[in-house]
Amino acid sequence: MTARRWQYILFAAAVLALASTPLWAGNYIVRLAITIAMFSALSLSWNFIGGFTGYPSFATAAFFGLGTYAGALLQNAGAPMLLAWLAATIFVAVFATALGGILLRLKGHYFAIGSIGVVEATRLAIASWGRLTGGGDGLNVAFMPGGPDVVVRTFLAAMLAIMLAVFAVTVAVDCSRFGFGLRCIQQNEDAANMVGVNTTAYKIGAFTLSALFCGTVGAAYASWTGYIDPNESFSVLMTIKVPVMCLLGGAGTVFGPVVGAAAFILLEEFFWANFLDYNRAILGAVIVILIFFLPGGLLNIQHRGISSRFSRQWQRWKTAA
Amino acid sequence: MTPIWVMAYLQILVNGIVLGALYACLAVGFSLVWGVLNVINMLHGSLIILGGYLTFFSWHTFGINPLISLPVVALALYAAGYLIQFLIINPIVKEPVLTTLTLTFGLDLILYNFMTVYYTATPRRVILDLGTVDLGGIVMPVDRLLAMGLALLLTAILYVVMRGSRIGRAIVAVRMDRDAAALMGIRVDRIYAITFGIGALMAGAAGAVFAVVYPITTNLTNTFLGKAFVVCVIGGLGSVQGALAGGLVLGVVESFAGQLVGPQHALTVGFALMLVLLVIKPTGLTGIRGYE
Repeated sequence: MTARRWQYILFAAAVLALASTPLWAGNYIVRLAITIAMFSALSLSWNFIGGFTGYPSFATAAFFGLGTYAGALLQNAGAPMLLAWLAATIFVAVFATALGGILLRLKGHYFAIGSIGVVEATRLAIASWGRLTGGGDGLNVAFMPGGPDVVVRTFLAAMLAIMLAVFAVTVAVDCSRFGFGLRCIQQNEDAANMVGVNTTAYKIGAFTLSALFCGTVGAAYASWTGYIDPNESFSVLMTIKVPVMCLLGGAGTVFGPVVGAAAFILLEEFFWANFLDYNRAILGAVIVILIFFLPGGLLNIQHRGISSRFSRQWQRWKTAA
Repeated sequence: MTPIWVMAYLQILVNGIVLGALYACLAVGFSLVWGVLNVINMLHGSLIILGGYLTFFSWHTFGINPLISLPVVALALYAAGYLIQFLIINPIVKEPVLTTLTLTFGLDLILYNFMTVYYTATPRRVILDLGTVDLGGIVMPVDRLLAMGLALLLTAILYVVMRGSRIGRAIVAVRMDRDAAALMGIRVDRIYAITFGIGALMAGAAGAVFAVVYPITTNLTNTFLGKAFVVCVIGGLGSVQGALAGGLVLGVVESFAGQLVGPQHALTVGFALMLVLLVIKPTGLTGIRGYE
């Protein structure tokens, strides 16, 4: 248990470090902190369905994108910012519950494809519904008054609050009956069903939890950037980046998604700054290396496992050459 | 005299069939890889564009006719696909879908990045300028007909290979039951590599065919990948006839949807059709058993 306690202390220190960035760093670093908090929240959300339940969902961008549009449209219609965020959250949660009822009947590859299809379908629907959403031109949201410093501090606080809320839910789920049921589904869904886990309700619950906060994050993101468009809000890159972050840290763990998101964002930022032309290729290489040598994520590194994998792969390449 | 609206619909239908043949050719390799290896190959879209670029540049720089460069390009992609599968994907091919999909996505980022840097994203097209034909009121550019013919020919060749050759039978055997196939003396690792190679070969050939008809750019990789998803789900996985049926249905549906509800909604209709079919009939129209 002491290891657990140390993890909590480190986590609290990291959150404090992020929260205090406006005091000791410029707006660039603060923006980075907001991005880390935002992707941590998304990655923690994905963890409910992808990590605990083991369903390969790629619908994150659909929830995020719907959140951005719901929030932006409500704000443009005159709703106060927080109310718009709340309404966007509820809207996305309802959408996910309804969608989960249909989509979660699929398993494995079919579920993966279905969830990617949802991202594409929602993106296309938003892009072609020009009269309401502005179509491909995108949508402007009124900037928050008060100048860049106030805006940046407000959204840092907001994103951190969302992240802590998801984290709290994760901890609660992790040690609850519900979380135990989800892990049972992940290991063997038929067996879980047999011993009395209500698999349908549990899966829909996990799917809704994975969507809920993506809606909030999306709405907050729309208010923060002041401009959204379909290609950015519903990007395929994002829908795959979030699970990769979670895998990088360790899927199904409590801290893994946060560690993974922070590590990924920092790496990405470093590559952007230093290798502008090849940043995507380097990102791809990181993903490939991660899949090969860190199958359990950063929090589950087993040195013996890595070296044996490495030597096996080396043998393979030698015989092929 | 046939009324004018009948002719208009016939024209739309023919356009749809031409498009559908291209879709079938584009998706058949993806479908095979998914059905046999249980791997969702995110590289497929980039491989198509790579085939298109290689064809374009051999035409543009050396003046080689696409009909001649097509087999060479396809074989080059076969070799690349074989190596990718044998060296990189095979070691983790039995992991869950999330792992293999993420791996191929990472590889796709690398390939995409290099293509964008070396070729830039400018749309490019091979222009053969063969004129048009008029078949009783239905007008069709000859290069499109040529592309359709090539796409159908390639798909047919793959069908014959899968049905008649030892390799094809071995691939089908592995698809049906990997362990039993291994017990029969089939080297599953090599069949996986060959299948992935064939997938890349068909992608490259489809790209070469596309370059004759449409401008090719790296921005299209995800569009092509999306088409491959939809075709596979509509037609059913892992079989040539499934991809052909799915491609033709999607082509015709998109063609009519573009006319009836506007071109901006044609893509949405395709994806909506896919989502509905996923829920009602996940095994696709041809009804071959799904491989979960």
